[in-house]
Amino acid sequence: MAARGVFSLQVCGACGHTMYPARDACPACLSTDLAWRPVSEKGEVIAETTVRTSIDPYFRERTPWRVGTVALEAGPTVTAHLHGDVSTPGLVRIAAKLDKSGNAVLIALPAQETPHMNDDPILRELTATPKHRRVLVTDGRSLVGQATARALVEAGAAEVRLGIATPWLPYPGQAEIEADAGVETTPLDLTSETSVQKAAAELGGKTDIIVNTAGHVRPGGVLAQSGLASSRDAFEAEVFGLQRLAQEFGPGLIARGADGDNAAVALVDVLSVHALTNWNAFGVHSAASAARHSLLQCLRGELRAGGVRVLSVFTGPVEDDWHQPLPPPKVTPGTLAKAVVQALEDGIEESFVGDIARDVFTRWQDDPKVLERELQA
Amino acid sequence: MTVLTDLIAALSGGALRIVDLTHTLDEDFPVMVLPPEFGQCQPFRAEEVSRYDARGPAWYWNTLTMSEHAGTHFDAPAHWVSGRHVPGGTVDAVPLETFVAPAVVLDFSAEAAADRDFLLTAEHVRAWEAAHGQIPTGAWVLLRTDWSHRVGTDAYLGMEADGAHSPGPDASAIRFLVEERDILGFGTETVGTDAGQGAHLSPPYPAHSILHGAGRCGLQCLANLDQLPATGAVLIAAPLKVRDGSGSPLRVLALVP
Repeated sequence: MAARGVFSLQVCGACGHTMYPARDACPACLSTDLAWRPVSEKGEVIAETTVRTSIDPYFRERTPWRVGTVALEAGPTVTAHLHGDVSTPGLVRIAAKLDKSGNAVLIALPAQETPHMNDDPILRELTATPKHRRVLVTDGRSLVGQATARALVEAGAAEVRLGIATPWLPYPGQAEIEADAGVETTPLDLTSETSVQKAAAELGGKTDIIVNTAGHVRPGGVLAQSGLASSRDAFEAEVFGLQRLAQEFGPGLIARGADGDNAAVALVDVLSVHALTNWNAFGVHSAASAARHSLLQCLRGELRAGGVRVLSVFTGPVEDDWHQPLPPPKVTPGTLAKAVVQALEDGIEESFVGDIARDVFTRWQDDPKVLERELQA
Repeated sequence: MTVLTDLIAALSGGALRIVDLTHTLDEDFPVMVLPPEFGQCQPFRAEEVSRYDARGPAWYWNTLTMSEHAGTHFDAPAHWVSGRHVPGGTVDAVPLETFVAPAVVLDFSAEAAADRDFLLTAEHVRAWEAAHGQIPTGAWVLLRTDWSHRVGTDAYLGMEADGAHSPGPDASAIRFLVEERDILGFGTETVGTDAGQGAHLSPPYPAHSILHGAGRCGLQCLANLDQLPATGAVLIAAPLKVRDGSGSPLRVLALVP
């Protein structure tokens, strides 16, 4: 649940008791009907200590490190990392985050927003906030890529580079993005091994976050298209493009996962929510998205070796030319861009943008097989 | 075999030289761009299979992916709908004589520099003949525009909201060359044998339509036409022998006195 930014605890279905840590049976009534449910995030720090030395090399480099005991409104008392603006005793908001090893941990945040609270060193370790970091956005030919680059600048990124494929071909928004002082365009075509190699040689050592917005959306399923030329383009862009990007930049990201203040922190990928279940109106695109989703799961395991997060941002149909015939709701490039920034700021592995993506995800959690039938036109 | 020994002697002695009319196939070379609802021209891509490494310790090789119409390439008559019923119209069946033939170079680089949408007409061709003599039967006619110098810049395709902008022939020029001069083919430095705005001519894409309908061939994305004489060169342009192929990337050479 921490992977999706939700604070959940086990709640007993028989007596309603909330428990922590995880149990096999309810300590109040011994029922085994236990389910993970979102619970109140409110709590109070009642004691704290500061770790000043550690035998663990990770913490040794990061001490002093504050840890506290938090009495939750939901019932249990937990041990949590303490944000710098939290004082004892004091009211807090508890949040579940993933640490560098991908495990869920709890952090007590100030109950109310404080100035520059995202700059807290412990919180920065538990998220991938773009502030002060150097970012590469892969596909500036799309409005989504352009909006994402601008949103990252606004979120305080130190440098934002925006990849442009086939620079000899004009693209919508070109004049505006080239005139944008905060964004620097750079040649990058994920369908070309040479191009990705060149970009990695130049930028691999100084990119902390990569945001892949590239894709290839075309309507149609297997029978609606004749031949494989368009499908091949889809897989080139959606699947092999991500793979080339990861192969060329990944080793550098892993090596720089603990590189002081300028460490590599995340690879974000924007993909269709139909990666979860095929929508045959965009059937080939769904298939490519599913392969992309699977590769991201693989990369999550591989990049974790360097403490680098892989964040999947699932979207419903985007407000663009290829989704023009579809009725609303659609996700605007600006909304998607904000969701990318949010995923980084929260450090969450899976986020779902827009009504359709959230709806598909909820129904997929209920029963993927039912969803499969319901999505078929 | 004295002709051939003379040829080799002329090449090694410097009386003849070989000019490469081919651009390097690389991933950045522009390709024809169609409206997005149509199938697209796959640009050249090379994926390394091994390079003296764990994937193959003593050898280096790549897998290439590209359209038949990527880079410097040859158009067979079957490329266009007007040539679909031409006997031997696919690239594997085009007569060998087409691949080695005299070339004449029509230099309209000044006109193209002044007007990127310059259209070559039959009048222009007649005027050229008045200066250089009649185009021989069975020749390749190459249109020099110096467009190859623009490769790597936006000005090569000249793509704008209303489509591409680059020079090419109109229907009168191609009809004259095919019907009055019986040429083998027509070659250009631009990404197609037609002008960037060729869709708006009558018939649309006159070079493709008329040349291929009459069983003639095309060459495009040529380089170094500025090193060829107006007349007297021999063109060597043999495409890959692809079964039922519509065209092929190829190495184009000219023998120049």
